[in-house]
Amino acid sequence: MRKLKIILLNLLLPFILFAQEDLLNTLDSIAEPTTNYTAATFKTTRVVTGHSIESMKEGQLEFRISHRFQKMNEGPGQLWGLDQSIIFLSLEYGVTDWLEFGVGRTPTEKTYNGFMKLGLYRQSTGKSSMPVSISYLGEIDINSAPFDDPTLNNFFTSRLTFVHQLLIAKKYSDEFSLQLTPTLIHRNIVLSSLDKNDIYSLGVGARYKFNTRCSFNFEYFYVYRPSYSTGVTYNNPVSVGVDIETGGHVFQIMLTNSLGMISKHYIADNVGDWRKGEIHLGFNISRVFTLFGGK
Amino acid sequence: MRKLCILILFWGLYTAAFAQDKYFSKTGHVWFYSKTPVEVIEAHNNQVASVISTKTGSLAFEIINKSFKFERALMEEHFNENYIESGKFPKSTFSGKFTDFDVTNFSKEGSYKVNVEGDLNIHGVKKHIKTPGTIDIKGGKIYAKSKFIVKPEDYGIEIPGLVRDKIGKNMDITVDIIYSPNK
Repeated sequence: MRKLKIILLNLLLPFILFAQEDLLNTLDSIAEPTTNYTAATFKTTRVVTGHSIESMKEGQLEFRISHRFQKMNEGPGQLWGLDQSIIFLSLEYGVTDWLEFGVGRTPTEKTYNGFMKLGLYRQSTGKSSMPVSISYLGEIDINSAPFDDPTLNNFFTSRLTFVHQLLIAKKYSDEFSLQLTPTLIHRNIVLSSLDKNDIYSLGVGARYKFNTRCSFNFEYFYVYRPSYSTGVTYNNPVSVGVDIETGGHVFQIMLTNSLGMISKHYIADNVGDWRKGEIHLGFNISRVFTLFGGK
Repeated sequence: MRKLCILILFWGLYTAAFAQDKYFSKTGHVWFYSKTPVEVIEAHNNQVASVISTKTGSLAFEIINKSFKFERALMEEHFNENYIESGKFPKSTFSGKFTDFDVTNFSKEGSYKVNVEGDLNIHGVKKHIKTPGTIDIKGGKIYAKSKFIVKPEDYGIEIPGLVRDKIGKNMDITVDIIYSPNK
């Protein structure tokens, strides 16, 4: 009789367990496997000065004002460089979620530029997984300043510089992202025969997000320059900055040894030596407008 | 001994019948909406997973936060990055039961007004909520609808002063799910 009671009690177990079964857990087993695409690797389309993996989504327009002040070692007379500044204005527009075009102008060499950022791969996990996001950036810069010697037979093509960059980025966590940017800058004309037309460079960019809207950003480009004109000392550009996102705007405040705001100027032509105090305060303000709904 | 065998036989049949008591949906529709003089916020999620147990009258929802789609990509990015923080909280869930509802009604066709009570978990905060809804049993499927209000600040979702006017204090949540007995 006791054995029977034990058996009967054991038979009741399924009913007891069912009553307490967590329905929520059963949902995990029926959910379809999906691909989770990484978003917002960086807060905006620039790491500090260089392009980031981010681009405008379809129908979005970004207006950007980039500001660089002069060198801090100019001392209090020049308000540590604040008295002088140059401004780069640019617009970039997302034709699709993965393709954007941009135009810009910087007063250095009165340069107008146009660029295209093409998304190739997106970092993702889940059904389809990809460890990094990769985009291609192609840029043409046109130096529109008057030629040094108008009496010479000057060519329009001398004004041109071409830039190719691969933006390879990985969002490691909500807080930390890293980007590698191999760069090729081809300058149609250079200072002397000692300067090579092609400049190769590898950029490293990183950001650490310390709250939902702010991050510390870092950027460094190693420049491979086997030979160059005597009398000029080039330096690799290094920048540190803070990104602050406030809804439609992203503010980037930075300290950098490079005055330039396009690849040719801040990578290929950079002479700023941070050890001598040739550090520029700068900021970028960008505003995103949604021109068309998109989806 | 014979009695025991018959008992076990019946028990076996009864527990087998238990397995038929769940209705599922993998494509449930949940959307939220708020309107202020400055901005309209609306996002739709059409991949909500949900289950109703018709034997116990309980139900559960699992919502992947990243699956909420907005018309404006920037709004969707801010929703995930700054508000719901989908990196930290990938899912919103609900686990509860129908109150004062005769579960035998699940096998009869008809329209019923119901009340649901349970734990709503959003952004890592769990709150006990009660909400009315309607259930239509038709052609072997359960059509469930409900509308209720959620206050983002109740769930630790911080809305900074700068954008306070754009996001309503109350979010209208609408649930519209069709359940089938097959998984």
